[in-house]
Amino acid sequence: MASKAANTPSAKVPQVPVDYRTIDRVSGPLLFVRDVENSAYGEIVEIALPSGDRRQGQVLDSRKGLAIVQVFGPTMGISVEKTSVKFLGEVATLAVSDELLGRVFNGLGEPRDGGPKIVSETRSEVVGNAMNPYSREEPSEFIQTGISTIDVNNTLVRGQKLPLFSGAGLPHNQVAAQIVRQAKLRNSTEGFAVVFGAMGITSEEANFFLKEFETTGALERTVAFLNLSSDPSMERVVTPRMALTAAEYLAYEKDLHVLVVLTDMTSYCEALREVSAAREEVPGRRGYPGYLYTDLATIYERAGKIHGRKGSITQLPILTMPADDVTHPIPDLTGYITEGQMYLSRDLQRKGIYPPIDILPSLSRLMNQGIGKERTREDHRGVSDQLFAAYATGKDQRALSAIVGEEALSAMDRLYLKAADRFEKEFVNQGADEDRTIDESLRLAWEILSDFPDSELKRIRPEFVAKYRAHPPVAGV
Amino acid sequence: MGGEVARVSGPVVIAEGLVDAKMYDVVRVGSLGLVGEIIRLVGGMATVQVYEDTTGIRPGDPVENTGQALSVELGPGLLTSIYDGVQRPLDVIQKSVGDFITRGFVAAPLDEKKKWPFTATVKAGAPVSPGTVLGTVPETSLILHKILVPPGVSGTIKEIASGSYTVRDPIGQLQTAAGTIPLYLSHKWVVRIPRPVSQKLPPDLPLITGQRVIDSFFPVAKGGTACIPGPFGSGKTVSQQQLAKWSDADVVVYVGCGERGNEMTEVLATFPHLVDPKSKRPLMERTVLIANTSNMPVAAREASVYTGITIAEYYRDMGYDVALMADSTSRWAEAMREISGRLEEMPGEEGYPAYLGRRVAEFYERAGRVVTLSPEGRKGSVTVVGAVSPPGGDTSEPVSQNTLRVARVFWALDASLAARRHFPSINWLQSYSLYVGDLAPWYRERLSGEFVTLRQKALELLQKESELQEIVQLVGVDALPEREKATLDVARMLREDYLQQSAYDEVDTYTSIQKQLRMLRAILAFGDREQEAVERGVTVQAMQKLPVRTKLSRMKWIPEAELQSQFDALETEVAEAVAAATATGGS
Repeated sequence: MASKAANTPSAKVPQVPVDYRTIDRVSGPLLFVRDVENSAYGEIVEIALPSGDRRQGQVLDSRKGLAIVQVFGPTMGISVEKTSVKFLGEVATLAVSDELLGRVFNGLGEPRDGGPKIVSETRSEVVGNAMNPYSREEPSEFIQTGISTIDVNNTLVRGQKLPLFSGAGLPHNQVAAQIVRQAKLRNSTEGFAVVFGAMGITSEEANFFLKEFETTGALERTVAFLNLSSDPSMERVVTPRMALTAAEYLAYEKDLHVLVVLTDMTSYCEALREVSAAREEVPGRRGYPGYLYTDLATIYERAGKIHGRKGSITQLPILTMPADDVTHPIPDLTGYITEGQMYLSRDLQRKGIYPPIDILPSLSRLMNQGIGKERTREDHRGVSDQLFAAYATGKDQRALSAIVGEEALSAMDRLYLKAADRFEKEFVNQGADEDRTIDESLRLAWEILSDFPDSELKRIRPEFVAKYRAHPPVAGV
Repeated sequence: MGGEVARVSGPVVIAEGLVDAKMYDVVRVGSLGLVGEIIRLVGGMATVQVYEDTTGIRPGDPVENTGQALSVELGPGLLTSIYDGVQRPLDVIQKSVGDFITRGFVAAPLDEKKKWPFTATVKAGAPVSPGTVLGTVPETSLILHKILVPPGVSGTIKEIASGSYTVRDPIGQLQTAAGTIPLYLSHKWVVRIPRPVSQKLPPDLPLITGQRVIDSFFPVAKGGTACIPGPFGSGKTVSQQQLAKWSDADVVVYVGCGERGNEMTEVLATFPHLVDPKSKRPLMERTVLIANTSNMPVAAREASVYTGITIAEYYRDMGYDVALMADSTSRWAEAMREISGRLEEMPGEEGYPAYLGRRVAEFYERAGRVVTLSPEGRKGSVTVVGAVSPPGGDTSEPVSQNTLRVARVFWALDASLAARRHFPSINWLQSYSLYVGDLAPWYRERLSGEFVTLRQKALELLQKESELQEIVQLVGVDALPEREKATLDVARMLREDYLQQSAYDEVDTYTSIQKQLRMLRAILAFGDREQEAVERGVTVQAMQKLPVRTKLSRMKWIPEAELQSQFDALETEVAEAVAAATATGGS
């Protein structure tokens, strides 16, 4: 937003950038620069190496006579005597314009595709101001992803932030790409854009995404910020903010509906931990800084919709849980900020089920606003709750039958057991290109639920059971 | 007075050269005048926690001391407002600076232009003391705002007149020992100091919430304290919002402390359309919102719970029953940890400061049903319900443990219940309420003598179920005798037809205490008859197939208006159906 620049004190106090050759200490990604009297917190610096290379950095701690600078990039080649540091008097910004679309940048917003630099009079600060909660519009537009477990059980709505909780070796990239490919609003032709922010992923993964966008014709609607695993890890701290600054411009200035894919948030957090450790801060859990929650919030909370503006930002962050441990600080803090989560399950993956989304620990907090009579269908909430309850009971029976044998189960328990199997094979399982409408997904759900007698369908209003039941209940239960 | 910045690191700024700096003085930092608070004084250096983003602040920038501690302004206009953590009105910010919160913005907490009709209830010459009602202002159609003599002020009214005033107009003059002072519709109060009361009362009135698992099994008293710890996705926020919507408090203060922006939007979007079941007026008219979302500055998050509870105490002093929802106190504790870390204090457990326990206890101690400071001994209450977000749902962590030590109701949210969409996912075996004994007389006298017995019986059945489930895990349900299968059957009814309650269903979202009694009685009566029938040889499976079972499972949808007739009919039907089954099955 152009107006943000005016809010920066440094913009009011123009300063002549001064070169300092007073580096005192280089420690990890940090430079300690002496004799700096008044560098601003968050100020961007340019570091000139003896080799002639230039790198960027940012002030993390400023006091009279000392500035602590975080270097974006490796510290290799930085010397204490011959390296100069120039304080630029401004905070990190990104030049924004229509030209962003179709381009690929590195993690710091510099062109990576051989194209020209973005020239624009509008530069937005990458550390965005917080959106006023009063200005937010309640997200309520149903996004049909064509994936049954998302559409029926964990509905995505415009302006939501819904992460994929995954693990190494699970097909989170395929699922994310499928969502990007298929996501649409029913009966809508409004403009959309995809912003792709990659932190520490392999070039193979990055190429997979770019190729996906290309084959579906989304590439010219895509802005990509790529920080690959071979790139400097310190850049990662900035990458998601670059991506979201571009997204905010496209959404709120250009009226586009922007889907932001951020992957892998785990690499981002590790970069943050690296900085924190170098600063010798008191660590929180597992060495991550105590402010990890606040820091992640400044990324995730930049999703949403604003009253009176047409565009929206929907976030789809991907994170790989170390050792599939959901109590690890990264997924844990993410779950507390985002509006739900989608779990990919290794068990389902082993059974050959794609997409291996386990609905039980998954959740969409904004689902209720996006479903129901006017938006999807009147029985949606009840059907979804009933599927959750039936699948949970069925899985319990599966565990039980492993111990006592299926014969020891009651007839009703066996019915639940069967429903759980059918649910996984017929409802969860679908092709990587299969784009189911919400009506089709609900029809599949009723196929399974209709095996149960009315008395078991407690979550669905009786009138909807009467209306939508696909076939009579299984006899003899 | 003027000092300057010596160091800046995140939300912590060290200033030098501040003359007469006192602990907890509010200061303004930099040319933008960012709001901060002094939290440490060492020699000539003052450490300031800044309530706004400090990007761009540099050593040498000016620092001004206001000389005052962080305060809120209390007066008409608080209700229906939405504030950030330091009582800046978010709607005014939006109108002035747009959709993103820019820094250094100053706005009066209360609308300075709005004229309020004031009716004086004291006359010139009347002696007044702290808490005397000077007059009233109809703040909303639900709440009559009483203008009180502020704590610490007393004297004789020199002049006062009814009329139309803004919060800046004097409404009269008061002759005190120290001279004449003007009286206003509003006054300021320092947020970190509890407003004084005359006496604390025992908690013997329940806060009726319309949530079955809470009112029937784990009730909270008016003026009581409750905590809801649970992992993410277990329904803390929905539970908090349900309480804010349906509890029978007069005023609700909802503090969104470091939580999601879209959740506050949801409250803003839904509350004006929700109607109070008693008064039929929009719920927003009794609500004050404090929204300091997770991406807003961390220090203001620390202040937001104090801002909230001070406003709550103010309405309590008028004689109202106030409920304060804090979602989530873990974020508040984390804000303390973050600031403490920046101060390089010696950490206690898990990096939290050593004073965490004290702060938590002090906060919850501000709850209570009290005789307010007033000549006539007005009574009011502040009930505090704090959500706790333990990492990974493990309540052995410091914030949960410190909260459990002081809160008297524990609603344990259970992720496995949430996963099967059993909501509210309050675990009936782990949760407790220490108010059950205090509230029993109320339930006996105001509702029914049998309620307390029914409650106990239901809890015993659920406990028995959990024991039986362990056996089932080993041998399967078919190995159990019919009698115990019947116990499992009725326990399942309790879980599914009583404890589960949908916040999103228009009927089910609120259940009156009378309906709770009838529902509980119907299920337990069926359970008794089922046991009798089983003794006579009827199988549990046959009992499960009775058509009346479907009706029992749909009790939650019986409208409040048809309570009496429908439940009477249902009870008769249950008796007949079971008798018929016994006659055929037992023969």
